[in-house]
Amino acid sequence: MEKVLSTPISEDDVRALRVGDVFYVSGRMFTARDAAHKAMLDKGAPFSVEGLPVFHCGPVVRKSGDGWDLLAGGPTTSARMESLEGDFLRKFRSRVIVGKGGMGDKTLAALSEVGAVYTHFTGGAGALAAQAVREVETVYWLEELGVPEALWVLRVEHFGPLVVTMDSHGRSLHAELAAQVAENMKRAKAEILSD
Amino acid sequence: MEHLTAALAEALGRAATVLPADVVRALETVRDRERGPARVQVEAILENVAVARDGAIPICQDTGTVTYFVRFGERFPLMAELRGGLEEAARRATEEVPLRPNTVHPLTGANPGDNTGVHIPAVTWEPMEGDEAEVHVLPKGGGSENCSALMMLTPASGLNGVLEAVADHVVSREGKPCPPTVIGVGIGGGADVALKLGKKALLRPVGSRHPEPEVAQFEDKLERLINASGVGPMGLGGQSTVLASHVEYAHRHPASYPVGVVVQCWADRRAAVRIGPDGSITIVE
Repeated sequence: MEKVLSTPISEDDVRALRVGDVFYVSGRMFTARDAAHKAMLDKGAPFSVEGLPVFHCGPVVRKSGDGWDLLAGGPTTSARMESLEGDFLRKFRSRVIVGKGGMGDKTLAALSEVGAVYTHFTGGAGALAAQAVREVETVYWLEELGVPEALWVLRVEHFGPLVVTMDSHGRSLHAELAAQVAENMKRAKAEILSD
Repeated sequence: MEHLTAALAEALGRAATVLPADVVRALETVRDRERGPARVQVEAILENVAVARDGAIPICQDTGTVTYFVRFGERFPLMAELRGGLEEAARRATEEVPLRPNTVHPLTGANPGDNTGVHIPAVTWEPMEGDEAEVHVLPKGGGSENCSALMMLTPASGLNGVLEAVADHVVSREGKPCPPTVIGVGIGGGADVALKLGKKALLRPVGSRHPEPEVAQFEDKLERLINASGVGPMGLGGQSTVLASHVEYAHRHPASYPVGVVVQCWADRRAAVRIGPDGSITIVE
């Protein structure tokens, strides 16, 4: 059975999620990359984002009448937001991060503290993501930050698959894999380099 | 030369929206081999590729830095038209496809919004015999480009030292460049030549091998070594971290062993057109 979470997503919802779980989101979410994270930390959120997934994404958009169409919008590399994400979660209680590549120890600690998860959306799958976007509701800071860095507010339906790779119980698939990979490489070098 | 500009803009659009058949085949092979979260990732990739192709929309929201490799015949008569066309095509494709405006002034942060700027589109000119020209388009995403590297190794480290350094580097980037990736490696020359060769190596179709057996063997070993890491699709674990590694080389200074590593995400987007001396256009890729 596919799990679908509707926004706003509660602390109980995310505390129930574990590394390896797959789910989809329906409701409202917003994009924020480094510049929008910084702007929100400096100036505050332009609307209430508690329980709304923060999507690390700089989309391709096209003007359509008074509004916008989102044509492609996959995740960007989350590591760039590592220095900002902990404070961001504490201040805005976004509950779900959507990105790719995973994040570090500071974010992992904040996930436990605040009650939030890091989820992985397939990198580069911008067309697939756009299919789940029903409407671009509004955009903030477009002038100052430009298209990729602006804060786009999206209404989505069945957005995913999102794989939980860092949960609110201190587990990080990224950290666990890194240890396994180091072991694998030691073995592979002994075998392949001596060919 | 309106139709020349139009053909180049079309090539940029094709590259952004249609993944080359060799890459799709390689991804299908990977999907069949993987299980669990890794397979979920590759299935999503292939579904995404189909959605983009059918809807003529960009495969990835990062439509990249417009990068051209141009081989031009010594007697190709339309150089002026071609030079102007390359930049104009970037503007037009930005509008029409559309492409994400991806050119930022590195000091002021200003974005002209049309994918052009100082030294961008990036063009590498390479003369050849004859009276035709061939334009290869390689839109290069930022996430994978950030995982590229230059290593100035010591000659004493030998070929195994190169293998180990490149594999360690690629593996250390984990899921960041959107694996399964294609790795372009340039060995020798100098710092700049090694990196340029690494990027040029990405123009080769996935599944091709270097014609020289020593180089082909190096490519094979590098792929096996990186894939043994278990990083897997999107860095979520699995057997397939690279789709291919392509190696090119230049002779090196006796004291230097430069190695340029250029990483390309699974969205290994390419297109190419051949231009005849009369301006006629043939789609090559």
